[in-house]
Amino acid sequence: MIEQILSYESWMAFFKDWTLFAQAFGVTVMVSVLALLLALALGVVFGVMSTSHHALPRFIARGYVETLQNTPLVLQAYVFYLALPYIGVMIGQISVGIYAVGIYHGAYIAEVVRAGIQSIPKGQAEAAASQGFTYVQTMRWIILPQTIKIILPPLVNQMVNLIKNTSVIALIGGTDLMNRTNDWATTGECIYGPPFLVCGILYFLLCFPLATWGRNYEERLKRRDIQSTDKPAATEEAAS
Amino acid sequence: MIKLCHIHKFFGANEVLKDVNLTVNEGEKLVIIGPSGSGKSTTVRCMNGLELPTSGQVFVNGIELTKKNRTELVRSTSSMVFQQFNLYPHLNVLGNLTMAPIKLFGKSRKEAEELAYHYLEVVGLSEKALVYPTTLSGGQQQRVAIARALCSQTKIILFDEPTSALDPETVQEVLNVMVKLASESITMVIVTHEMGFAREVADRVIFMDNGTILEEGTPEHFFLNPIHDRTKQFLGKILY
Repeated sequence: MIEQILSYESWMAFFKDWTLFAQAFGVTVMVSVLALLLALALGVVFGVMSTSHHALPRFIARGYVETLQNTPLVLQAYVFYLALPYIGVMIGQISVGIYAVGIYHGAYIAEVVRAGIQSIPKGQAEAAASQGFTYVQTMRWIILPQTIKIILPPLVNQMVNLIKNTSVIALIGGTDLMNRTNDWATTGECIYGPPFLVCGILYFLLCFPLATWGRNYEERLKRRDIQSTDKPAATEEAAS
Repeated sequence: MIKLCHIHKFFGANEVLKDVNLTVNEGEKLVIIGPSGSGKSTTVRCMNGLELPTSGQVFVNGIELTKKNRTELVRSTSSMVFQQFNLYPHLNVLGNLTMAPIKLFGKSRKEAEELAYHYLEVVGLSEKALVYPTTLSGGQQQRVAIARALCSQTKIILFDEPTSALDPETVQEVLNVMVKLASESITMVIVTHEMGFAREVADRVIFMDNGTILEEGTPEHFFLNPIHDRTKQFLGKILY
């Protein structure tokens, strides 16, 4: 493999087919974005459900989270791909990938959202109730907006994991970056080095900036919190 | 205006309200005093459905308050001021004041802001409209919370120990605002330990101990000629 990475010929062979990789990279980006939207929607809905006062929504949310978190993503992808046709649902590998990865990470994001909601002091919901806001209105306008800065760092973590996990599509034969890389490398002359190296770099380029941004945001937040706890004292002094 | 009939409230095995019967008349300033754990706060919280009685009935404007109708009934009839202020930290002062009028009462932004500025003037904080609550002192936050309650323009305002979390120095600025409100036609139910204030504004004082209403009467009767030994003992400790 090292020899191939240093070999001019294997790189030339690889670059001759670069459009194949660019296209597959595009598929991975698209799957990531769509799966992320699905995961966020599911995460918010089930996260809110798991903090409900009623037992039934809590039970349903628990069931979803525990089932999805405690079985392998690969198994879930296979089940989607192989079982859905039996109930008459015919969707392509890419769509299966979007659903599988989105639903899987929705369970993790639901837990992130739940923890965020539970970290907001009870007085906030009581103030909202005393004004006459319904449960959904309270979540929408008062509680969830306050959770954003708390849940953003773990959420970014989930986004990074989600992007990497879209590679599960390779297993069910969708033409994402991982699948294309493997396909190309194992066909014909079996040139492994350059495609796998570039594949890794491309995933890295998607994930690293996101993870770095998340980490920086968290740092900024910590610094701002330290400042804002200093602030009231300062204003009181100024006022007196 | 508010009627509590045979209210019993259990928290687990602990009975915090034992057959509480109480009528609050329109425009009345009712002050509830008593030692901690006597059920004062729970009594007030039953009046706006933040707590639902284990047995007994609560009527607001002649309508029975139930789990089902509490959001709507409370929205149109009462507001609450909390010990811990419970302002919404993600919104500035103006946002805190205009949210309910806009989202719940269908006012336009312009109408809601006019209302907000009017009540900010009442509590003496017009210049703070655009700052965030965390930059305000405790006394200022509580005055904003009172303005927020006023913005709902309900006939009843419930105060649950509004000055207990404040520095001694800022207690007075909040009490001054409440004295000012007391001269208006609003019905006020106030849980407090501020006896001087109680004497000044109360039409009627209620003394609670161990989950029951032990004694009630006009401030004159109450502070000068209390009947029960328990009341005398409590007042003796607090009025040294």
